Amino acid sequence: MKSFTVLDGLVAPMDRANVDTDAIIPKQFLKSIKRSGFGVNLFDSWRYLDPGEPGQAIDSRQPNPEFILNQPRYAGAQILLARENFGCGSSREHAVWALDDYGFRSVISSSFADIFFNNSFKSGLLPVVLSKDIVARLIAACEQNEGYRLTIDLAKQVVITPDNEQITFEVDEFRKHCLLEGLDDIGLTLAHADEIRHYEERRRSEVPWQFN
Amino acid sequence: MAGKTLYDKLWDSHIVRQQDDGTVLLYIDRHLVHEVTSPQAFEGLAIAGRKPWRTSSMLAVADHNVPTTAREAGISDPVSRLQVDTLDNNCDSHGIVEFKMNDARQGIVHVIGPEQGATLPGMTVVCGDSHTSTHGAFGALAFGIGTSEVEHVMATQCLLQKKSRNMLVRVNGEVSPGTTAKDLVLAIIGKIGTAGGNGCTIEFGGDAIRALSMEGRMSVCNMSIEAGARAGLVAVDETTIEYFKGRPFAPSKEQWEQAAAYWRTLRSDDDAVFDSVVELDAASIAPQVTWGTSPEMVTSVKGAVPDPATADTEVRKEGMERALEYMDLKPNTPITDIKLDRVFIGSCTNSRIEDLRAAAAMVSNRQVADNVKQALVVPGSGLVKKQAEEEGLDQVFRNAGFEWREPGCSMCLAMNADRLAPGERCASTSNRNFEGRQGQGGRTHLVSPAMAAAAAVAGHFVDIRDLEVRL
Repeated sequence: MKSFTVLDGLVAPMDRANVDTDAIIPKQFLKSIKRSGFGVNLFDSWRYLDPGEPGQAIDSRQPNPEFILNQPRYAGAQILLARENFGCGSSREHAVWALDDYGFRSVISSSFADIFFNNSFKSGLLPVVLSKDIVARLIAACEQNEGYRLTIDLAKQVVITPDNEQITFEVDEFRKHCLLEGLDDIGLTLAHADEIRHYEERRRSEVPWQFN
Repeated sequence: MAGKTLYDKLWDSHIVRQQDDGTVLLYIDRHLVHEVTSPQAFEGLAIAGRKPWRTSSMLAVADHNVPTTAREAGISDPVSRLQVDTLDNNCDSHGIVEFKMNDARQGIVHVIGPEQGATLPGMTVVCGDSHTSTHGAFGALAFGIGTSEVEHVMATQCLLQKKSRNMLVRVNGEVSPGTTAKDLVLAIIGKIGTAGGNGCTIEFGGDAIRALSMEGRMSVCNMSIEAGARAGLVAVDETTIEYFKGRPFAPSKEQWEQAAAYWRTLRSDDDAVFDSVVELDAASIAPQVTWGTSPEMVTSVKGAVPDPATADTEVRKEGMERALEYMDLKPNTPITDIKLDRVFIGSCTNSRIEDLRAAAAMVSNRQVADNVKQALVVPGSGLVKKQAEEEGLDQVFRNAGFEWREPGCSMCLAMNADRLAPGERCASTSNRNFEGRQGQGGRTHLVSPAMAAAAAVAGHFVDIRDLEVRL
């Protein structure tokens, strides 16, 4: 997995609550059997005026000039700011892959849907939870100041504004460790293979029908 | 010490090891697999040179991409076909049990798991699909996972998890005729919101939940995720145990009594403490209809489209305005004035035999209204379809002008050819009314099967309690 340590990135504000995974990556793109290439279809139905289908040439599409990520000042943004309950809806990890493939390394919101939150860590996309008030303030600051950047320091668990305001955030100790080091979860778990076998043996005697 | 909740019991019995920070290695008993969220996981295994830990825990089926007509000819969309072929090949090469597209047992993964007895009380059940919460209806800890976690379960039979909070939603009293399990869960989501259950496992209890059939309990748990909770639960009772008798994957005769005795322990202790409790009065819940682009945007069929001016916060007001614009609805429009272009009866929420019976009762000796271009019934599995045909329900639907299709996810998420055209309005028994969910620019109203069927006949929403049919 990609590691995440310190990020200094341009911020794009998405002033919406309940951004769902169908919006992040519409279902017609889930037919792919690959993990990559979803970035061009990130937020497809908001981002383009023409209907999106898999395999279209990017230069044949009609970008929606109103959409936030199509505004030149947000080109190359690496941090997405959004209102509460970001990533609600389906379990599709393609939503995380699309954000990552587009170039985002972190999403800041006042809350995330559970499955999206979990999926983010698996691809090195850091979800940062800040209070509703702070998110509102950051969205306003970002809209008012072209080129607005934030620094996110995972080790110190802090978001740093251009005024050097330090906003701390919570992150699970184990997830932080995995992200900082870019560790492979499966490898870590397989180090406990004997314990898994031991558990299985015990359960097989307790609830044998579950192992039929 | 306080007693344990059902969730506590399920959690504790699946801990392989616990880390100092509370992260648990949780054992997974049943891994359901479908074509959309598994190819990258199988590929990940292959790249790392790993093999599935226990293939007997896995059951696979293609449901999202499959056509619901003319299946003998195969899948015409080459991209969909490749995804389904990839699942077939992966299952064949690893020796994983899969119900292929033309198998009589094929269907929506959350319908076939319980139907086969592959989901059992006391199990942990996962699938790369958020509606895995459905299986919690049986007192199983069931939740959706992303593709990286699919790969993790394949490789290790475990997941790294942090425990959720315990939430109890109690629906007291008795429902009135015409109000179904779907209406209960929509009303719950309307009350707590789509983020109301974030970070929680919801146990559904109370007399109204206890009175539901297993099909009804599945509809409720199915939409836990729309209330923000990864998992929903209903305690085991005799209704649960009765359901599994004679199912192919259920315990054999020799193991049955032992299993049933264990299953009867799968309920929250009387003195268990929940982190939060929400109460609803069943009798006050009318048939529900969503009016917006989030499942929490819901009201009674007797109600009207709300006015954003009444919203309590600016963010909510903007959300409502955006939803009404997308849905092309004006504030204060009575719900029963909303006219429909299509009707969809299906999905992992409402495609089981009881759902089809309830819908058929509404359309018997009636006709789909002229303004409704298409009314679809998509059974949840081949076995549901067969059962319905034995009961003559297919003829009831066909005679009324409905199309009777092959099983799959179909127009719930429109990954196959079944979809809304831009601007079309649909009464749907599915679970999500997000923008574009049923087709780009399509407008979705979530309702129960009986409400969808009645709307197909009337051409607009009607309160089924006003109809002269036996409810």
